[in-house]
Amino acid sequence: MKIVYTDALIVGGGLAGLRSAIATREKGLDTIVISMVPVKRSHSAAAQGGMQASLGNAVMGEGDNEDVHFADTVKGSDWGCDQNVARMFVTTAPKAIRELAAWGVPWNRIGKGPREVIINGEKETIVEKDEAHGLINARDFGGTKKWRTCYTSDATGHTMLYAVANEALRRNVEIHDKKEAISIIHENGICGGVVARDLISGELIAYIAKGTMIATGGYGRIYKQSTNAIICKGVGVAIALETGIVQLGNMEAVQFHPTPIVPSGILLTEGCRGDGGVLRDKDGYRFMPDYEPEKKELASRDVVSRRMIEHIRKGKGVKSPYGDHLWLDISILGREHIEKNLHDVQDISKTFNGIDPADEGEKGWMPVLPMQHYSMGGIRVKPTGESTTMKGLFCSGEAACWDLHGFNRLGGNSVSEAVVAGMIVGEYFASYCKETHLTTNTFTIQKFLEVQKAYLQEILSYDGGKNIFDIKDRMRIIMQEKVGVFRNGKDLSDAVDELEDLLKMVKEITVTDKALCINPELNEAYRVTKMLKLALCVSKGALERTESRGAHFREDYTKRDDENWLNRTITTWTDPNDTMPTLSYEEIDISKMEMPPAFRGYGKKGAIMSNPLSEIREEEITKIKETLGKVDRFTTQEALLDFDLPKEYKRKNERMGVGYD
Amino acid sequence: MIDQENQEVSNEEEFRKIEITVFRYNPQNSNTKPEYQTYTLEETPGMTLYIALIKIWSTMDHNISFDFVCRAGICGSCSMVVNGKPRLACKTRTSEFEDGKITLLPLPTFKHIKDLSVDTGNWMNAMSKKVESWIHAKEETDITAIEKPVEPDVAQAVFELDRCIECGICLAACSTKIMKEDFVGAVGLNRTARFAIDPHDERSDEDFYELIGDDNGVFGCMSLMGCEDHCPKDLPLQTKIAYMRRKMVKM
Repeated sequence: MKIVYTDALIVGGGLAGLRSAIATREKGLDTIVISMVPVKRSHSAAAQGGMQASLGNAVMGEGDNEDVHFADTVKGSDWGCDQNVARMFVTTAPKAIRELAAWGVPWNRIGKGPREVIINGEKETIVEKDEAHGLINARDFGGTKKWRTCYTSDATGHTMLYAVANEALRRNVEIHDKKEAISIIHENGICGGVVARDLISGELIAYIAKGTMIATGGYGRIYKQSTNAIICKGVGVAIALETGIVQLGNMEAVQFHPTPIVPSGILLTEGCRGDGGVLRDKDGYRFMPDYEPEKKELASRDVVSRRMIEHIRKGKGVKSPYGDHLWLDISILGREHIEKNLHDVQDISKTFNGIDPADEGEKGWMPVLPMQHYSMGGIRVKPTGESTTMKGLFCSGEAACWDLHGFNRLGGNSVSEAVVAGMIVGEYFASYCKETHLTTNTFTIQKFLEVQKAYLQEILSYDGGKNIFDIKDRMRIIMQEKVGVFRNGKDLSDAVDELEDLLKMVKEITVTDKALCINPELNEAYRVTKMLKLALCVSKGALERTESRGAHFREDYTKRDDENWLNRTITTWTDPNDTMPTLSYEEIDISKMEMPPAFRGYGKKGAIMSNPLSEIREEEITKIKETLGKVDRFTTQEALLDFDLPKEYKRKNERMGVGYD
Repeated sequence: MIDQENQEVSNEEEFRKIEITVFRYNPQNSNTKPEYQTYTLEETPGMTLYIALIKIWSTMDHNISFDFVCRAGICGSCSMVVNGKPRLACKTRTSEFEDGKITLLPLPTFKHIKDLSVDTGNWMNAMSKKVESWIHAKEETDITAIEKPVEPDVAQAVFELDRCIECGICLAACSTKIMKEDFVGAVGLNRTARFAIDPHDERSDEDFYELIGDDNGVFGCMSLMGCEDHCPKDLPLQTKIAYMRRKMVKM
């Protein structure tokens, strides 16, 4: 029996996990990060376009602050987010970006004076102020009132991840890579650590810690077409589900990005459109302004993805051997801009499609189609990042349903969430580890190890002749075709039934190689089983939710229903022998909102069934503001929604021209 | 229907057959010995080595090991030797090889795990610690205050060097590294060059000399340029090694 003891255990070495590890090391806690891959290979590295933080340095970002970022995020979420968490986030984001700047992230900087940009397909000249010279620049992104997305060309996630990973190495965070957590150890509702599998030797190791954090990212690979890295299988989220205690939130809230390239599914950043790129149909016609006159290509991702499919359904798609697609045209931005600010996009397009997007006209257009991109759902946690139902288990980043994004995440808010949650949740997590003692009984540890050992043996003993790869492919096709951008009751119901059959079918596979050590087929066998459980959570949640909100769109219930569905879907897997998740709902309280539900400002108008409480809260807010009289924005904000943050992060942020106001 | 991994296309064209020969060996299992195994498969349009290897794994040989993560040339996981040259497999298109014959070997100079899989993580972490691959600044930053201004061109120059994905190809292509286990390689020297031009970093040339002023550092390089020739990110490695060497020679 191999047991490794530490103070703080973090599963997952992307931005959220590593930034949390820095927080625990700062408190002097021994910290181990376990990761399936070398940490700098984590999917955070693939984030391209940028990170939202309301610095307000650039002229197009002038007047930006926490309040504007907050409003954009809430609207983006289609009022599904936790406004308390959104406030925590927007207050900390500027600090995160400045911390990263000090750690060497080479943020693109503002040059004073005039520069040419493309806005709404036209060349315009903007003039940056002298005092902004050298400060952090920002580009435009979807669903935002201001240019707020800070960037390092289109390799933002890469530079952020390297800076944070190296800071973690500097602080002697212990990194154990090629290790995969396959079960959570718990006793009396308290998390004691994980059982991890050494992906080389096959050895099972119990990692025992005062506190455990899951930061394993999303589960996009349950879909056939996804921009996600092939490691994004959601194993970390699934092992939490398998405890039978931990709750998952809003699993049906799945984001489809408008512009992955066809057919490989590799992402082309939203920065393409943020910098002025446009979408075109088979006639070369720019169609988005017809659908979204105000935000055009830069409405939120859920809206743009739906409009694109809508347009293809009208017969306007470009035919190809891989099905219909549309065009993304960035050639209008000019070669110089592309080679400097969209370098990787150009590289991807040239390598995988043989198209140089800087070539003028049709020749440079890149084939795109909406595909799965982000998991808004995940382990349901409190604002501190601790599981709502299991003590000592924390979660941050994409793996969590914190819930910053509700039913749709804004572009630029994901890497931002990863580091910000790493700071905030990391701090709460560190405090928890500091104040806690190890309690897990060695007998319990042994029991959990034995269960996993027996489970792996059981998989190797299956002898039904079926193939795990076929089951996986079928699952991914079902998710693609029946739980996609547009959903309906019949397809969802079919999906749920078929996925349940697939889950049962896993016991009928045969694994050809019986080795317990490095065995990629065995890995796939237990991972696909976990993925099927998550796929069932997504489709069952989507089937039951008879409304349309954010990225969850039902063709048979096209309106957002605030009266019946302003809630969070909670999923548990109560018994290991179950073949279906158990669903319940967590109400979202309008009376505590700083911004009660309304129209988002983009998407179809008149598609809301309002809740009368929204109007009542709106009146209440007006009254509170009147009573307060003339006060600063912080006082008003606090009166409407009081939120907690670690003291250091609650401090006000300085901005050019306005100081700390 | 689109099928990104298998790239099945709906029309029924005839595609050529290609032969992929893979080095197979599992050091964990004492019963196996190193051998080559050849797989014949149909080449679909736009096929990369990622697509080909996933196809082999899921339909022909479930036991083959290799490392892919992003499959987009961003994460640096899938370096291997392709017909004698170290390259990122995900960015290598099979159509480049006219005779349709491709031989794949694991990346040299790293600990071999199995087949095409090697351990780059532990080496890169140790290198990062050795060259202290982080900003050194005496003063603590007030993260609520407006950030320190940086000249846009300087930020851009730092970014260009920060694009390194630590894929290990520069080491596999380096004769010094093959002879000297502890040589930090172009990847390590590029990191020091990156921090040397970063205005946030307060290290002096003396400080860098302590880290790389020996044969395992900047004086180990024989200027054979294998690193720059093979770098998948087209980093100006030779110029940057020369830049650091000039600084160090002055010490």
